[in-house]
Amino acid sequence: MNEVTRLSDIAHARSGDKGNHANIGVLAYTPAGYAWLKEYLTADVVAEYFATMKPSRVVRFEAANVLGLNFMLFDVLAGGASQSLRIDTQGKTLASALLQMPLVPPPVLKSLEQML
Amino acid sequence: MKPIRIGNGCGFWGDNLDAPILLARAGRLDVLTLEYLAELTMSILALQKERDPDAGFAADFLDVLERLTPILKEQPRLKIITNAGGMNPHSCARKARAILQGARLGYKRIGIVSGDDLLPRLDELLASGHAFTNLDTTAPLTTVRERVVSANAYLGAAPIVEALRQGADIVVTGRVADASLTVAPTAHAFNWRWDDWHRLAGATVAGHLIECGAQVTGGLWCHWQDAKDLANVGYPFVDMSDDGGFTISKPEGSGGAVNLETVSEQLLYEVGDPAAYLTPDVVADFTSVQLHHAGPDRVQVSPARGQPATGTFKASIAYRDGFQASGTLVILGPKAVAKAQASGAMLIERLRRIGIVPERHHIEVLGTGACVPGVLKDAPEPVEVVLRVSVQDGRRAVVERFTKELAPLVTSGPPGVTGYTTGRPPVREVFAYWPALVDKRVVTPSVEVLA
Repeated sequence: MNEVTRLSDIAHARSGDKGNHANIGVLAYTPAGYAWLKEYLTADVVAEYFATMKPSRVVRFEAANVLGLNFMLFDVLAGGASQSLRIDTQGKTLASALLQMPLVPPPVLKSLEQML
Repeated sequence: MKPIRIGNGCGFWGDNLDAPILLARAGRLDVLTLEYLAELTMSILALQKERDPDAGFAADFLDVLERLTPILKEQPRLKIITNAGGMNPHSCARKARAILQGARLGYKRIGIVSGDDLLPRLDELLASGHAFTNLDTTAPLTTVRERVVSANAYLGAAPIVEALRQGADIVVTGRVADASLTVAPTAHAFNWRWDDWHRLAGATVAGHLIECGAQVTGGLWCHWQDAKDLANVGYPFVDMSDDGGFTISKPEGSGGAVNLETVSEQLLYEVGDPAAYLTPDVVADFTSVQLHHAGPDRVQVSPARGQPATGTFKASIAYRDGFQASGTLVILGPKAVAKAQASGAMLIERLRRIGIVPERHHIEVLGTGACVPGVLKDAPEPVEVVLRVSVQDGRRAVVERFTKELAPLVTSGPPGVTGYTTGRPPVREVFAYWPALVDKRVVTPSVEVLA
């Protein structure tokens, strides 16, 4: 079995913008993976991960039908598509960044097999 | 009843010019939709119209239409619905008609949907108590009124349906909610009522999934390497049923992929609360649909649940907010990152010494995870980076002066600096985005069908 260390091992994701806010949809590959996400990938964890980008708040929504969590990161784009001076004005890369997050705590071996 | 097939051949202004033609030729569509208007496109179109009263629409559409004319002859029932009209749907429609006439398709009827442009009435609306409060900051629009260049309500599907009822083969609109381009032909085909909330929600899910074109057929997919022949990516279509359920697929023989992953990624794309996706037509519950594999590159989406639409239209307003420019240099190691940071600081310092301090500046070292500043802490040190320096200021002259400071760094900074062959970066005017709501009762969509 491949080593499972990062979020990308148990989920896929896509991000985009809404004005100065961004959203990241995170989708688990399996129900066990979704259970792990629901327990550990909280709004607080995501806010902490992106803390240097200074989101004013992070809100999490559930979309169980696609084993998904949707995160809204408010005021995280330094002005958004029109005003931001950053290279990624639209939050297109946030999902790729989040997927590199180490899995903490590491899933135990048995539940791990169910997440892949 | 037989499903209606709606395909989207354009996800934004600037999208692949061949996609609509390939999709229309191979997709056996009933309706081709073409979506051109991003949040800020209207401000650019407003300025074009200011300079030339016949301009102000997505001109790409006319080239596409010209190339579609042979297909319109082969497929006489194919309808086209597009928001290419932008700030000037009437001018766009007149030019489209001239193209059709030139191709001996003058019998095609063109419908025009307008009434979204609020700018001519903005002061009257403000005076009568419509504050256009900024949805993010809660500031009233009066704080930037003098700088407003465009103000448009996102209309819904109803006026498009009216145009189709009046016999339009091609419908050209101004600002309309993207999903409504799909909702309209479906509601028309099945004669839905405007309080069929669940059905409208289903068509809204479909419209949302296809509005960004290739993003649901393999583009952006996390397993993009598994998408076959992405260079020849097929654009999506949906087969809508009367109950609001549908299947989503792409033309046979095209590249890309449609599967549970590509569809679920796009389902949540640019969504807030997935249980309450607001459009002018309905409040759609994206969490109410089930996705099922229905064959190669084919996914079935079950009927959705919806709630009554709100009493407001979203209004998208743009106002002038100064000027920006960004310039880049390429820097090779050793210590590429440190050299880039020093070069950027040097540039800003040189400006300061001549008395120029931009209101905002930003130095980023691309190659170090600059897309997400500070987030990827364990990124390895790159051997080569791109220094990107950007400034914003209300004074054009300040930004102009900045653009002349990049080239000198090639000879007066650290060694190993190159990549300056394209000249000084352009200065661009900034149009800031002001999201607001407007009472539906004060917006009157207008429908006209050219005889």
